[in-house]
Amino acid sequence: MPPQQTRGAAPPVPAPPAPPRRTAWAEGVDRLRAAATTEPGRLRIIGAVLALLVVAFGATTAWQMTDRSAAADDVLHSSQPLSADAADIYRSLADANTAASSGFLAGGEEPAAVRDRYERNIRTAAQKLVTAAASTDPGTRSAETIKKLNTLLPQYKGLIERARANNRQGFPLGGAYLRYANEKMQTEMLPEAENLYTTENERLRDDYDAATPYPWIAIAFGVLALAALAWAQRRNYRLTNRVFNHGMLAATAASVVVLLWLVVGHTVARSGLNSSYDDGVRSLNVLHDASIASLKARGNENLTLVSRGAETTSVNGVSKDKYDVDFEKQMDLLAKKLTAADALADDSAGRTPVNGANASMKEWLKRHGEARDEDDDGNYQRALDKIIGSKESKPTSECFDLVDQNLDKALTHEQRQFSADAGGGRDAMTGLPAGAALLAVLAAAGAVLGIGRRLSEYR
Amino acid sequence: MEERGTRKVSLRGWGGVATMAVACALTVVFALLLPLTQRGGAVGGDGSTGAGPGGVAAGVQARADDCDADVEGKEPERSVSRSGSDSGGAVQAIMDRGYVSVGVDQNSYRWGYRDPNNLDESSELEGFDIDLAHEIAREILGSPDKIRFKAIPTNQRIPAIQRGDVDMVVRTMTISCERLKDVDFSTAYFQTGQQVLAPKASDIDGFDKSLGGKRVCSAAGSTAESALKQGRTDRKIPADTDISETVPNQLDCLVRLQLGEVDAVVTDGALAASQAAQDPTVQLKGEPFTKEYYGVAMKKGSDELVRRVNGILEDYRKSGGWQKSYDHWLKQALGASEGPPAPKYK
Repeated sequence: MPPQQTRGAAPPVPAPPAPPRRTAWAEGVDRLRAAATTEPGRLRIIGAVLALLVVAFGATTAWQMTDRSAAADDVLHSSQPLSADAADIYRSLADANTAASSGFLAGGEEPAAVRDRYERNIRTAAQKLVTAAASTDPGTRSAETIKKLNTLLPQYKGLIERARANNRQGFPLGGAYLRYANEKMQTEMLPEAENLYTTENERLRDDYDAATPYPWIAIAFGVLALAALAWAQRRNYRLTNRVFNHGMLAATAASVVVLLWLVVGHTVARSGLNSSYDDGVRSLNVLHDASIASLKARGNENLTLVSRGAETTSVNGVSKDKYDVDFEKQMDLLAKKLTAADALADDSAGRTPVNGANASMKEWLKRHGEARDEDDDGNYQRALDKIIGSKESKPTSECFDLVDQNLDKALTHEQRQFSADAGGGRDAMTGLPAGAALLAVLAAAGAVLGIGRRLSEYR
Repeated sequence: MEERGTRKVSLRGWGGVATMAVACALTVVFALLLPLTQRGGAVGGDGSTGAGPGGVAAGVQARADDCDADVEGKEPERSVSRSGSDSGGAVQAIMDRGYVSVGVDQNSYRWGYRDPNNLDESSELEGFDIDLAHEIAREILGSPDKIRFKAIPTNQRIPAIQRGDVDMVVRTMTISCERLKDVDFSTAYFQTGQQVLAPKASDIDGFDKSLGGKRVCSAAGSTAESALKQGRTDRKIPADTDISETVPNQLDCLVRLQLGEVDAVVTDGALAASQAAQDPTVQLKGEPFTKEYYGVAMKKGSDELVRRVNGILEDYRKSGGWQKSYDHWLKQALGASEGPPAPKYK
């Protein structure tokens, strides 16, 4: 604390290197200096400093660990669930779009299972949007995104219903509506859902960053307090030849316990949290990406047959079917994400479904090629059978379902692993703030009592 | 104007007479202006068809000079005469292969479309164009089912023929001088013209100043798009008509119209009628402002095949097959027809 502070607000005079007037600080220092000339005075000072250091140690420990514990709790109960919700919104929108096109391919009367899947996904998206909105502060980027999605969802549903109504009447206008709805989903809604997912993931990363750093200030105070205690006891021993001062010994023991608890507890928590991120969150992110890529690929595959060349795009000067080009793009992405998921999987329970998905993806590509060949040859019905037909015609729908199921399995596994690791990490910090505070008070009391015992000898 | 004159016109009383008088006057004006539009349209062309291989340019040039929509004897719908070989070459190739490969549409209601409620596996495509394609397969190969359909988008009709992906395109394809540089056409099998489609309640009454300030939709690369551009250049439609909305398929225009994103659609009268058949709240406004013929497009220089198809079309017209197909698919939307357009030969 600078000496000028006691003079109130008199800033024009620059701080003089040698204060001409005596300040409270200077007087205090003088008084201390005077007290330090006698042993009782010295003891009082030592006692005060020890108590201060130990209490400061306890306080910083409680403060820093409360922060970290709260952040770890957020990871487990707030930001990860929100990030998972955002991923669910993204996924169910893509899934609904895919189901809509599947139902369309099946003809005017869409199969009940496909319709249920569509409705379920729309419901999930709508519900999760409400949850997400409730836990988002107004004015933030996420809130803006959620608002946009809430506006777009009914528009999209309206287009799909128009598409269905027209398709039921046998009007090709239905297909045009479906393509329009798909465009709205692909170019407006899914990018927004992806934004939300990215933002929530950043929030999760922030919580991790708040939970995992070592509590250096608390550790420094702990070391300082212990050093001071050791010095005081050594001085005591040299002056009195008494090996133990019970009070200071108790203070030392309590401080050591707090420091060990702090370091070990946090290290355990940190490793739990880190592994929940590395093995859980990263895997979950890659698997979500893979799942969305497979859904988009499936939607595009369906639309290739719905539109049958109504829309083309130019690739290196060659005009190709827009939806088939998009299909290939998404399949490439799926392959990449599955490779990444395989590299991230740290046990066989995580790896098996990823490998299963990978095998199904390869079969899917093969069958898709056959379906395209049939369609290019003008055998529309056979191409259709290859996409949504019965089991005998070996349709790609089987492969897509297998990819989807395997990714679901992998996601469940990684989610469980995340919860276990992050839960363990958070639990390692349980009681630390309160325990540290209590022990620090005890240690301070011990130090004061120990010094008091010596002081009493001077009466 | 065979079919057009006989379209069901539900106008009554003096208002109807007056409207008809106006319509006739407009028709005369359009007929006079038509050459301008046609020639301009040919120059504007549709961008996607300009990609023809340079190799055929020399042979094509002479032919292109022979083509003029408003000179008797040089109209684009004149096809190769019937005299000469109609077997061998491309026809032989089809017979050797055992099936005809035909490029069609699947989004044109009543022309070439897939009815999602038709569960009969053998005929997933149906319509006026599809009937004609089946007829061609029946005549060349003896069975209407020796055919493979390929759904091709509007802007891929010419490249698909040039690449040899299909033997022919039967897909509401307008015969034009511009397109004749890249492909050959059969004789005309249908007459139509560009027309405006708008909601019944709309104050738009045709391809005129009533389009001022309105948003008009057309298919990218289509005759309608170039007609709109030309119309604005020629001041036939006001400069503040917004024609920027172009879509991949003419049917997408009806989607935009129903959603209120555009105020009117310009497309072939025949296709506009197919759109009107899917939505009873819209109707054709005014008379066709161009005169166009649909033809079967084939690869440039495949004269034997063109002659063969022309022959098939002759039979199709005479046998009543054409009329039967028209009555089945188009009568409801377009009204009764006096019959197919008469073939013109070079």
